[in-house]
Amino acid sequence: MSRGLKTTIAILAVLVVLGLITLPSLRRAVQRISATQRTEEQARRDVMQVPVSTPTDVKVKAQMYWLSTSSPASLEPTTIELPLSADPVERSKQLLLALITNAPSESQRTLPPDAILLAFYLQPDGTGVADFSDALSAETPSGIQSEQLAVDSITRTLGANVNVIRQLKILIHGQEVETLAGHLDLSGLFPVSPPSGAAASSVPDAPVTTGAVQTTATMPALGSVAPSKQVPQ
Amino acid sequence: MVVLDPAHGGADQGARGSSGIAESEVVLSFARLLRISLEAQGLRVLLTRQANDDPSFDDRSKTANAQRGAIFITLHVSSTGKPGTARVYSLAPDGGPPVNRGPGLPRTLLVRWDRAQQGYIDLSRKLAELIQIQMAQRFRGSAETPTTAAVRQLRTIAAPAVAIEVSSVTLPDRTQLDKMAPVLADSVARAVAAFRLVYEAGAK
Repeated sequence: MSRGLKTTIAILAVLVVLGLITLPSLRRAVQRISATQRTEEQARRDVMQVPVSTPTDVKVKAQMYWLSTSSPASLEPTTIELPLSADPVERSKQLLLALITNAPSESQRTLPPDAILLAFYLQPDGTGVADFSDALSAETPSGIQSEQLAVDSITRTLGANVNVIRQLKILIHGQEVETLAGHLDLSGLFPVSPPSGAAASSVPDAPVTTGAVQTTATMPALGSVAPSKQVPQ
Repeated sequence: MVVLDPAHGGADQGARGSSGIAESEVVLSFARLLRISLEAQGLRVLLTRQANDDPSFDDRSKTANAQRGAIFITLHVSSTGKPGTARVYSLAPDGGPPVNRGPGLPRTLLVRWDRAQQGYIDLSRKLAELIQIQMAQRFRGSAETPTTAAVRQLRTIAAPAVAIEVSSVTLPDRTQLDKMAPVLADSVARAVAAFRLVYEAGAK
């Protein structure tokens, strides 16, 4: 074996040993960077998604729709205490924010944790318009079922807690998009109605002012939440 | 004529599992097997894509709408749901004015492209029911009745049209999905053959 070849082998052996020594620290560094990125995403979210608080906020029992623990292909209502505004626009924002951030567990989540509600509008005919950040589209698991569950969780939560909304339009970053994540059609309106059997319909609807955005309305106190039960899809 | 639509393709892989399973690849395999089973039933079959390309929703619809008396089936693999099950979807009525289409119905002259499916809601529902029954029998844990959902691809199809979604890309590898493929093909072909009797009887 020539001297040059021996030298090359020795250098390569040293490099391999160095690589093996530094591998664990490299792995730790990668994990640290990933964790930092996640923290930055959360920090950005915290800055952009300012908690909604109004003078009319009252703590009420709100009925939220997340994935069922026993049957993940369906939604089930969960009752939680939330400070909710009397104004339907602010109330809707509070509910959608809670739907994103207050999921009882990761496995019950219907909307991506990084999704941000950018705006919510209510038109005089009862059409709600929810404008979400790109994360809703980019991070919702792709599939007919998962996309349908995401939209259903939004419409059912609004239907159970805000009487004046009749239908919902979903925008992504202010734009109408063809699908949520490749399957579910977002070009149309999704019906919003109180859960069947709920007493919500017996409470008079809040008056809706004219104009694209409603700013004031009287919302009935929540006491009309249907008993929790699993909702088949 | 049956138009099979392997969803996604090209840069759009659809649902993707952590093990690397890509929806676009699996559904193309499903479509190829289903084609064989349907042709064995004496049906002519057309695929909206033959390879790893990605026609738009409207291009896929154009392929289907250019065929007279077609049946349209779009194939998907989900990223959620109980693995080894399959769910069938048809479009719900949109609440707009009725569109009279389909065999045996008085035909209106022009139909809006974005409401093309509205004339076939009942027929699509019937097709979905027949396929879902097969799925429930062949894939344990599958629902017994089909679901309605606002599936974008179905909206612009002027023919009986359903989406079939198999669970799921979360499986550790493709083996289980590959095992489902021939069973899926056989059961869908049986359901389509049964539906053809209903469809053609309506046309007479």
